[in-house]
Amino acid sequence: MTAPVLRVDNVTKRFGGFLALQNVELHVNAGERLGLIGPNGSGKTTLINCISGALFNDEGSIVFEGHDITRMPAHRRARLGVARSFQIPKPFRSMSVLENLRIPLEYAAWSRAEHRRITDEAMDVLKQIGLEQRAHDNSAGLTQVDMRKLELARALAAKPRLLVSDEAMAGLSSSEVDEILEILLALNRRGVAVIMIEHIMRAVMRFSERVVVLDAGQKIAEGTPAEIVRNPQVERAYLGE
Amino acid sequence: MKGRAFWASIVAVLVAGLVLTGVVSNEYYFNALYVILQGAIMAVAWNVLGGFTGYVNFGSAGFFAVGAYTSIALGKAFGPSLPLPVMIAVAALVCGLIGLGLGYLTLRLKGVYFSIATLAMAIVFETLMNNWSYVGGARGAYILTPDSHLWFNSYIEMLFMVMLLLTLGSVVVSRALNASRLGRGLAAIRDDEVAAECAGVPTLRLKLISATVMGAMMGVAGAPYPYFVTFVDPASAFSLFVAVNAIAMPMIGGTAHWIGPVIGALLVGTAQQVITVTVSSELNVLVVGVMLVLFITLAPQGIVGLAQKYLARRAR
Repeated sequence: MTAPVLRVDNVTKRFGGFLALQNVELHVNAGERLGLIGPNGSGKTTLINCISGALFNDEGSIVFEGHDITRMPAHRRARLGVARSFQIPKPFRSMSVLENLRIPLEYAAWSRAEHRRITDEAMDVLKQIGLEQRAHDNSAGLTQVDMRKLELARALAAKPRLLVSDEAMAGLSSSEVDEILEILLALNRRGVAVIMIEHIMRAVMRFSERVVVLDAGQKIAEGTPAEIVRNPQVERAYLGE
Repeated sequence: MKGRAFWASIVAVLVAGLVLTGVVSNEYYFNALYVILQGAIMAVAWNVLGGFTGYVNFGSAGFFAVGAYTSIALGKAFGPSLPLPVMIAVAALVCGLIGLGLGYLTLRLKGVYFSIATLAMAIVFETLMNNWSYVGGARGAYILTPDSHLWFNSYIEMLFMVMLLLTLGSVVVSRALNASRLGRGLAAIRDDEVAAECAGVPTLRLKLISATVMGAMMGVAGAPYPYFVTFVDPASAFSLFVAVNAIAMPMIGGTAHWIGPVIGALLVGTAQQVITVTVSSELNVLVVGVMLVLFITLAPQGIVGLAQKYLARRAR
């Protein structure tokens, strides 16, 4: 058992009087595939916003590879190796697909880059993702599935050791889901730990080694996918009494 | 434009300017060119924050006027013998710091809130100048044109060359910025700030740099102004027209590329001068307004955007 890459301890986040996260604990081991599920509004996105630095948690701590990143701005977390993709794709619309990847390569991965030619590195990433045909197309004109791939490619270009994938498959067709799933698995085989947030249970079950379930801002269950589907508390959270 | 062609055209423009001062003796032309170049610097400066970074600044006149008032204050304090380049440098410093300060206070605001904050800043500075009697207060200040004008035939010819140098300088800075890693970071901020931050771009720091450069450039544009008009009062220095031009020129030229504001400034500035002479000076305000409306509705990417679209279609 290796030391966890990410350790979330007692994280609480309030929005005014609303408790979005309450004493959430979570850890991700090196190279692990963790599924994060929960009904709508259960705090999944808030949690990963706290992990990636888009939001600061009110209480608790977040430690990544031994660094306390609780109060660290998002761009420094990205430099340390925490990357995320967005639920609603946020491409840099004025740029081509290739140029989109230059940003994380030049910023997030700058200190860790081998300083080869940035364009070659960006092309490599696009080949891994299967977007190399679109390299010079404008990113604003991509199809939904390509847009999702670009999100992952851009996260990947930051050379992360932890990737947080926020609903990369929502709204995609079954074959497209498989495509994205393959990309995430291939990424994981190269040693990147992945937290996958997803509503598509088929994908979560196939992908995850371990699943964490959130409901109303609290962790209600944790275990292997097989354990989770049999958990009565999880069933209650999703279907009610 | 490739490096060599770019530098060649910079030198060519400079030489053309020098030749002009030797050949043309009618001072009106240098007056007109001065105004156009002043607009060009303001447009290039505005574009650093407004075009590259995506933060629309309505307070350009504030920076411009503070640059002008820096010269006036320095002239009062150290006498008219203080060389113009020193005044320009000090104005750049002062306005750069104001840009930094304004950025620090307001760049956490998004979109229209930021724009309103910049407008408010200009009003604050106008009020300050109105009440600072040392630089003339609301009555304004007269500035004597210095006697010496180097080897040029008249003071305005020298002022024109100073402005030309400053314009070329700001174009060089803006182009270098646009093509750099920093410039790509700014473009990422403009496109999506949250995604930029998550891609490792230190968004706050880059925005502050951008605001500082913008402020310094605008201060530079304002610093020689008192010597150009010889009478400055807050109402003319903080004129809304300065701010409107600084926005209209890049918008019409195209904001995403460094050449956009230059094209816009030359076009709008020249049109204004021609109309002022041939029709009336009031009408040129209307012309900017109409041009702005036309471009924003018909070609929101400006002239550069139109050209790029045309070239892309031809390439296909």
